[in-house]
Amino acid sequence: MSWLDTILQGILLGGLYALFAAGLALVFGIMRLVNLAHGDLIVLAAFLILLLVSALGLNPFIAAAVALPVMFALGWALQFLVLNRTLGNDILPPLLVTFGLSVVIQNGLLEGFSADSRRISAGALETASLQIGPISIGTMPLLTFLSAVGVIVALNLVFYRTSLGRAFRATSDDSATAGLMGIRAERIFATATGLAMMVVTIAALYLGTRANFDPTMGPARLIYAFEAVIIGGLGSFWGTLAGGIIIGVAQTVGAAINPEWQILAGHIAFLLVLLVRPRGLFPRAVD
Amino acid sequence: MSDHLSASSWTVSTRTRGSAVSMLAILALVALAFAAPLFVSRSVVQDLFFILTMLVLAQCWNLLAGYAGLVSVGQQAFVGFGAYAMFAGVSLLGMDPMAAILLGGLAALALSVPTAFFVFRLQGAYFAIGTWVIAEIVRLSLAQWKALGGGTGTSLPSGATRDMVGVRFVADLLGVRGPQATDIVCYWLALFLAVVTIGSIYKLLRSKQGLGLAAVRDNREAARSVGVDPTWTKSFVYLVAALATGLAGALIYVQKARISPDAAFSVPDWTAYVIFIVVIGGIGTIEGPIVGVIVFYILQSLLADYGSWYLLILGLIGILIMLFAPRGLWGLFADRTGLQLFPVRRILAGQPKPKDIRGSD
Repeated sequence: MSWLDTILQGILLGGLYALFAAGLALVFGIMRLVNLAHGDLIVLAAFLILLLVSALGLNPFIAAAVALPVMFALGWALQFLVLNRTLGNDILPPLLVTFGLSVVIQNGLLEGFSADSRRISAGALETASLQIGPISIGTMPLLTFLSAVGVIVALNLVFYRTSLGRAFRATSDDSATAGLMGIRAERIFATATGLAMMVVTIAALYLGTRANFDPTMGPARLIYAFEAVIIGGLGSFWGTLAGGIIIGVAQTVGAAINPEWQILAGHIAFLLVLLVRPRGLFPRAVD
Repeated sequence: MSDHLSASSWTVSTRTRGSAVSMLAILALVALAFAAPLFVSRSVVQDLFFILTMLVLAQCWNLLAGYAGLVSVGQQAFVGFGAYAMFAGVSLLGMDPMAAILLGGLAALALSVPTAFFVFRLQGAYFAIGTWVIAEIVRLSLAQWKALGGGTGTSLPSGATRDMVGVRFVADLLGVRGPQATDIVCYWLALFLAVVTIGSIYKLLRSKQGLGLAAVRDNREAARSVGVDPTWTKSFVYLVAALATGLAGALIYVQKARISPDAAFSVPDWTAYVIFIVVIGGIGTIEGPIVGVIVFYILQSLLADYGSWYLLILGLIGILIMLFAPRGLWGLFADRTGLQLFPVRRILAGQPKPKDIRGSD
């Protein structure tokens, strides 16, 4: 039974990775921008929630709800004022600017919050679990997974059922023609990054309540998110969930064999998928 | 008609008026740098060693990103792997550190072959994170190597660097003590590596392959249509950069004499600093990393006491330069003066004689 339990834990962990990945996939899908600061933005959001919890005594879920519009505004401004300037045919400027941003956020957080590891307390929820037959499922991991599914359903609805989503797709396909139809690409891009930052905030809530975090752990989250996106195939939100689950299961199975192999097993699963299916499992976008 | 034009009346040259002068100045500077240990203190020699090794790493990254369009965030894989191979050579095989440095470079080169196989499947921006994943895999794998200290790391056997080839000779010649002689030998090796690296890159860029590289960077399809193989050209550059990066990594850790996976595969030390050096100095030029490493060293001396503020400021400068002066400090300077120390632009000189043109009708 323990193997079944291990795999189930892996699937639930995959929900967290899918949350990390969804924001990255959203931004890449619309403007072909890879944000190397994505992981650090997740950690920044986790510190914002921590600040709201400790300063105002809010429940973490309420604090995350307060953080959502703040992070949206931050993402909107970041895209509108900085990242829009880097978009073009050359891949160097966006990569190097977001890499610089990653270093700035990491060291800013180190200055502001020190290198200590922190945790957002979720009270009794942290240890609560559901007993289904012989298997017990932690409530927090289950909530994380359900949130990931909810986020992906919501993103698909926004993308394919709203006028905003139509504008996203039109700008992504051909921003010049979309411009002729009255769509202002720079505002669409800013809204997309704002939306991605809201997903990041939800990811940060679970990152901070499930385990300890510190200012330097952003890059590793970026790598998990990236692996999930590539495994899933570019442009597919459900694919990122599948990718997250593969990384999550590989990590828990690896850890069950030898605790030191946890992270390594996830990376190796990624390489194997890259070897067999270079374009991922469910590719949708052309590049 | 063109048959009548005598081909020999045209010449393609990369020389400019200033380049002969600058070449002499550079030779003089290298000679001065070679003699430096005779008249500067040990701490200055150590600082110069640091500058030269960072310069090698920066030139390699610049070759990848600035010329081949391969933005790698995972060059620490080769620094760390080269360093670990050197440690294995000295600690486990009892090699001389000097030979083990070569082993480190070759090990990095060997690692770059399977690495290239994976990361070249990823396009553009995804290549960047792919290289990072590889570096993480190498770090986590080497942290399992218990003979070299596992996750906590290990030190070189005591006396290993003191017995390195040439150290006793330098100690006797200059009348200095063992550790100082080790520093001086390491410094000369770093100087040699830097000169060879810059010389090789300059030679490469002036060659046919270098022209192909620039063509692939500027327009991949057009370059293919005239027979340049982009994958081969990029792979070649990737392997060469891995070799030089591995040599630099091994050399850095001979001088440090203590290694751990976290330090040897550190993203800030071996990639963030290197990227900022190149971006601040000017990406896509040989001069850029040289200017960048000097600015980097000055900033580090000024801000070293401020801990993470230092990296934060470096990051901000990097972002501002990328946004407002994407060709860096050297680009700003060269635009105003037209000066090039390492000219690689081909200039067509000479003209057909009038009678050749008349001959066409």
